[in-house]
Amino acid sequence: MEIAYFPGCTLSTKAQGLDRSARASLEALGIVLREIPEWNCCGAAFPLTNDDLRLAGAVRNLVRTAEMGQEELLALCSTCYNVTKRANRVMREDEARRERINAFIEAQYDGRVRVLHLLDLLRDRLGFEALRQRVVRPLEGLRLAAYYGCFLLRPADEIALDDPEMPHLFEDFLAALGAEPVLYPHRGECCGSYLAVGAPDIARDASYRILHAARVSGADALVTSCPLCHYNLDHPQQEMAVRYPGFRPLPVFYITQVLGIALGLETEGFGFERHTVDPSPLLARIPEKVGTP
Amino acid sequence: MKTDGIPRALVIGAGIAGMQAALDIANAGFEVVLVERRPSIGGHMLQLSETFPTLDCAQCILTPRTVEVGQHPRIRLYTYSEVVGLEGDVGRFRARIRRRPAYVDWSRCTGCGLCQEKCPARVLSDFDEGVGRRKAIYTLSPQAVPNKPVIDPASCIYFQRGKCRACEKLCPTGAIAFDQQETTVEEEVGAIVVATGFGLYPPAEIGEYGAGALADVLTGIQFERLLSASGPTAGQIRRPSDGKEPKEVVFVQCVRSRDPERGMPYCSRICCMYTAKHAMLYKHRVHDGQAYVFYIDIRSAGKNYEEFVQRAMEEERVLYIRGRVSRLFPQDGKVIVWGTDTLTGKPVEVAADMVVLATAVVADPSAQELAAILGIEVDEHGFFREADEAMRPMESTRPGIYLAGAAQSPKDIPDTVAQASGAAAKVLALFQRWTQKEQG
Amino acid sequence: MRLVLNPSTLGSELVRRVEDLSGQDVMACYQCGNCSAGCPAAGAMDLLPNQIVRLLQLGCVEEALRARAIWYCAACLTCEARCPKGIDVARLTEALRTLALEQGIRHIAIEEFPPEVLAEMPQQAFVGGFRKYSI
Repeated sequence: MEIAYFPGCTLSTKAQGLDRSARASLEALGIVLREIPEWNCCGAAFPLTNDDLRLAGAVRNLVRTAEMGQEELLALCSTCYNVTKRANRVMREDEARRERINAFIEAQYDGRVRVLHLLDLLRDRLGFEALRQRVVRPLEGLRLAAYYGCFLLRPADEIALDDPEMPHLFEDFLAALGAEPVLYPHRGECCGSYLAVGAPDIARDASYRILHAARVSGADALVTSCPLCHYNLDHPQQEMAVRYPGFRPLPVFYITQVLGIALGLETEGFGFERHTVDPSPLLARIPEKVGTP
Repeated sequence: MKTDGIPRALVIGAGIAGMQAALDIANAGFEVVLVERRPSIGGHMLQLSETFPTLDCAQCILTPRTVEVGQHPRIRLYTYSEVVGLEGDVGRFRARIRRRPAYVDWSRCTGCGLCQEKCPARVLSDFDEGVGRRKAIYTLSPQAVPNKPVIDPASCIYFQRGKCRACEKLCPTGAIAFDQQETTVEEEVGAIVVATGFGLYPPAEIGEYGAGALADVLTGIQFERLLSASGPTAGQIRRPSDGKEPKEVVFVQCVRSRDPERGMPYCSRICCMYTAKHAMLYKHRVHDGQAYVFYIDIRSAGKNYEEFVQRAMEEERVLYIRGRVSRLFPQDGKVIVWGTDTLTGKPVEVAADMVVLATAVVADPSAQELAAILGIEVDEHGFFREADEAMRPMESTRPGIYLAGAAQSPKDIPDTVAQASGAAAKVLALFQRWTQKEQG
Repeated sequence: MRLVLNPSTLGSELVRRVEDLSGQDVMACYQCGNCSAGCPAAGAMDLLPNQIVRLLQLGCVEEALRARAIWYCAACLTCEARCPKGIDVARLTEALRTLALEQGIRHIAIEEFPPEVLAEMPQQAFVGGFRKYSI
């Protein structure tokens, strides 16, 4: 199968590991990614005021998708996914705003594209059981804590990926990879997001709570789908070790990095060297391939 | 207007509302058929430890009524039974009542209790709301009326696997009857009172409070069973997780009440009062314990109610915090509570040993079906609809069928008793018209 | 000094602008505090989310605009998810930021960033941050 793909600005630069591991993994699964032409930044935050023009960026990407003749668009970054899906709904359901935005960007888009994240793409188009059968290097013995963050869960009626308070989709995915998913209380709490820019202390405390809860629940690592979540959770850990006595660093993976490993792929290009908390000791624990891809 | 009819009443539900209505009608000289779904009568009130605002023992004030009902010459009591069909009209209804098989011949049973004592099968008890256990052959409580057990086939070893039959071997009067069948009876009555009570919002649907899976997060009615001297812990407050006595208990009011977005939009009316009661009784049992109550408003409008709540605050030093609780989550064997003190503008956190949720009062799940059988309406929340909210709150939408108690809307015991007597008065007015000879 | 309340302060132009921009009805809030209880940034705020809404209910928009708290909202939408009255408090907060920016109040400027942070941080943080914090 094939699907339109919107990498987003951060995946093309500072989070190349997420992009590359995604492309390699999906190719191995037989899913062809068709990157949309001339894409632009989604806007990075869904505008919460009734300001139509700020949706233009995200809508333009959807227009590109429709022009390609694609019905579905994959966004990997949780933020891109959230913003694009919410913008799409405005175009689908709000007639007045649809007209204004279409007039502004000189298009005729009606919200017909379906916006997917990797998790529902794999769950609904491939199936986790089929995914399990493609795994040649099960992540045996790895206790992984799924970190949903805000954007995969809220607002619940618009995103509708899973139950917003007790989700299990991400854990089901990790289980299919052979890992042992670890539940902990703050799976859906905010990492601090762009407060990393404006109020870094708040972001650091929020991320610490998440990491600490995961650690206490027995996790070996966190898994996330958003470069900003990754940054907030991974980057300040040295500072956290100083500030919070007893803090033990926890590696943070991208969702497609663990997917690629489980599919038995070469991990060069997955970007592990950019992580602040070195994941190599943990990676070394994963048993070698058991089957042929 | 009907000028004659059968001066006999059917009362559906034998909680405090149904019992009150039945007694009022029977004591006025008329016959009552009283149908109760559970094996014995008393409803939710029998599950309570003490009642507000007097802190009377619930069983002590209720058993005179249950005994009176059980022995009344004019009350025909069908327990473990349900109304499954209704024909006719006011003055001459024909009700079909299905009697579940108890698998015990109650005419032989003396209520000695040996079967219950010796039965090897134990399961979670509905009466104890899941915090206690019962046997497969059981009575709801030591003071059950009638004091005759029933066998639950789903948990009985004989019904499930063909073995055991200990009760049968031990019963001194040979009352066990595994081959008993369901029966149906028909009763003709002139008027009906619906008093089927209420349900509670399921904690399993509250994800941010642990979805019912956190052992030390209980509902109000579960806490009531812990408080009760005849409950699973003999009235001692113990954490379900490790059996220890909790030193810090958080009570959360308005759980899915006053919540148009995700729960019931209305106020459940009884929670402010029973929470104050719970906090006070907790302090009476655990003298060095700390109780916290998270509330939005305090609704204590009844007689002596406000004084009762103030006693909780002043005498028992229960800390009342104005703010909803956003989340509960487990940490280091405790339950972390994230709330707000809106009055000072501070986010607050409590590491609680136990949390008690005042979950919303909802319509009993069987109400819709019963409404269809009786031909009466329910409102948008599933409570039976009254003929007029202001002026006719005891009358259903069908002549001859009256409403009493929480089946019509959430209410406390005094209001329930008052409404039940009111419904009975309506019934008696009909009966009096039908039996009175024309005056000159 | 007392806060004087009258129909013109309660229904001021600024209040109407906040409601238009956010699409929210501030009078629906019954001050339960659930939003503040679940807000990940509440511990650092000078005024809690429910207090900000209270100021709007009282017509005190200018005071709300001066709160530092409105810049600490990460739009995580936990408030919106749990509000029993269905109020999107994050939208109200964004409306206040929009008004503040219009008035020339700015939270942060790019010149103030150390270059090593600029090099490390994912650009989505900037795009998101500047849309929230700056003109």
